[in-house]
Amino acid sequence: MPFVRALLTRFATTLVTLLGAAIIVFVVIRIVPGNPIAMMLPPGATEADIDRLKTLYGLDKSIPEQFWIWLVNVLQGDFGTSITSRQPVFDLVTGRLPATLELSLMALVIAIALGGTAALTATLYRGTKVEGGIDVAGGVALSLPDFLWGLALILVLGVVWPIFHISGRVSPSLGFDFQSNFYLLEALVRLRFDVVLDLLGHMLLPAIALAIPLAAIILQLLKQSLKECMHDDYITLARTKGYSETSIITRDALPNAILPTLTLIGVQFTFLIGGTVIIERLFSYEGLGNMAIDAVINRDLPLIQGIVLVFALLFTLVNLLVDMTYAALNPRLRHA
Amino acid sequence: MPDARGQIRRLPGLRLWLSGGWLLLLVLAAIFAPMISPHDPLEQDLFAARLPPFWEQGADPAYLLGTDSLGRDLLSRMLYGARLALTVALVAGTLTCLVGATLGLIAGYYRGWADLVISRLVDIWMAFPPVLFAILLIAVLGTGLTSIIIAIVVIDWTRFSRVVRAEAMSQGAMDYVASAQVAGRSRLGIALAEILPNVLPTIVALLTLEMGIAVIVEAILSFVNLSISTDQPTWGGMIAEGRTSIYQAWWVLVFPLFALFLTVLSFSQLGEGLKDYFDPVLR
Repeated sequence: MPFVRALLTRFATTLVTLLGAAIIVFVVIRIVPGNPIAMMLPPGATEADIDRLKTLYGLDKSIPEQFWIWLVNVLQGDFGTSITSRQPVFDLVTGRLPATLELSLMALVIAIALGGTAALTATLYRGTKVEGGIDVAGGVALSLPDFLWGLALILVLGVVWPIFHISGRVSPSLGFDFQSNFYLLEALVRLRFDVVLDLLGHMLLPAIALAIPLAAIILQLLKQSLKECMHDDYITLARTKGYSETSIITRDALPNAILPTLTLIGVQFTFLIGGTVIIERLFSYEGLGNMAIDAVINRDLPLIQGIVLVFALLFTLVNLLVDMTYAALNPRLRHA
Repeated sequence: MPDARGQIRRLPGLRLWLSGGWLLLLVLAAIFAPMISPHDPLEQDLFAARLPPFWEQGADPAYLLGTDSLGRDLLSRMLYGARLALTVALVAGTLTCLVGATLGLIAGYYRGWADLVISRLVDIWMAFPPVLFAILLIAVLGTGLTSIIIAIVVIDWTRFSRVVRAEAMSQGAMDYVASAQVAGRSRLGIALAEILPNVLPTIVALLTLEMGIAVIVEAILSFVNLSISTDQPTWGGMIAEGRTSIYQAWWVLVFPLFALFLTVLSFSQLGEGLKDYFDPVLR
């Protein structure tokens, strides 16, 4: 029962966080000096036109009133209408979200593969120059943010050796008719490997840029945990049984060392998702973050509000999931 | 293992020297930019557009690092860009540190409702993508140096408050705090005289890290054209320009990117080095 209660409390704080995030954005974007209505009017519009439009978008009411109306609508699945494109915000956001999700998940997979391999290699060759090299590389990787890695990757693998595409999500010349917005998933399911390759050619650089800092964090923590494990008795036992060092590290040490890293990956994953905003911009990748920047520049209030809410929802969901996974994996917490 | 310890001690020394050296160079460049810049950083010369750096074929020795697509001298723009980068790093970094550390100290030592409010705020802050939040704030505040600094403080105070809160909490549970309480010291006196000095090494390390982050945030804002007026040279603005002409003139992107790389790396290495230096265990 205490577990259920802890879960409910956790759920309640999640809701409070979401509500707080929604309120802050709502207030912040409504004190914008530039009037969003002014931008959509043709020259020569009358006062009456302005008032009509204000009423249409509910901008003539007080901010608390506007928030209440917005909240009630959101709970009914209505996120309003984008001012610039005149399309429902919900459709715009759900149209772009899959692109961002695919990119983030691919970056996560790359980060785990890269960081995990580096940590295992460094543990296997501990005390040698290999470990020192990995440490230095990890330190540099950690110090520089995804934005700079993205630019460096564009230069090296996009221009000097043009192996990858540096802008967009898919080549238009492919002429592939997507039925969903999960391009990569759909191409895989429909077994169109030429399309998969083209999508990967576009996604890999932004995904690697997002993955590098996280990979470095995984490397440091996992290596530390592995190092601590290597002095335990069961490792000595496995060694006396004559298992190879590689097998000892991967089969005996890793399962015992991995829990702190898993938790950390969960928390860091939200930072990674946050990084997609500028990385998508950098690579002209048509995801949610890229759309968000346009929305801010165009002062598209309903769209900004919708996108920020989706990001906040994503972040809090990931955190909730991490906590629950941790509780499920850790017997000490399960009975607490 | 005396040997391993020696390694740890030697390495930060080198790191500190290298990163400190680059930052010093940058400070000098920023201060003396008007004197050492070979050209006016805003002067356009379409006849000298996209000149390559000096070692390439077709370079003009008057433009050491080449020119951008409007014929502006890259070296001069880099030097002037260093001014803005350093101003943002120092001012925004310090202010963020003051605000965040103060709130963290209050939350961690005083606890109670103050902690409740501050921690809930941190939670809410963590639900925003920072870059999007920054862009949103600049859209609200308008572009300009003050807006950038305010935006950085508003976004990043949580980085300090989270860490300082945790440290202050663990320090607050120590015996020396209890004995100071028994000795009749005031709460504020204990927070400032006992807790703060023990949290200071962490704060200093975070501060230099934050300076690097501030430089990046400014570059990102310049990149999406939301930093300061477009006629003032910034590294981020140069990078944005370089990104669009990357196939015609790679050098427009490479030099500011290189400067940004070294600067951010230096700030973070300085932070790491200082942390080791202040760490009583390593000392």
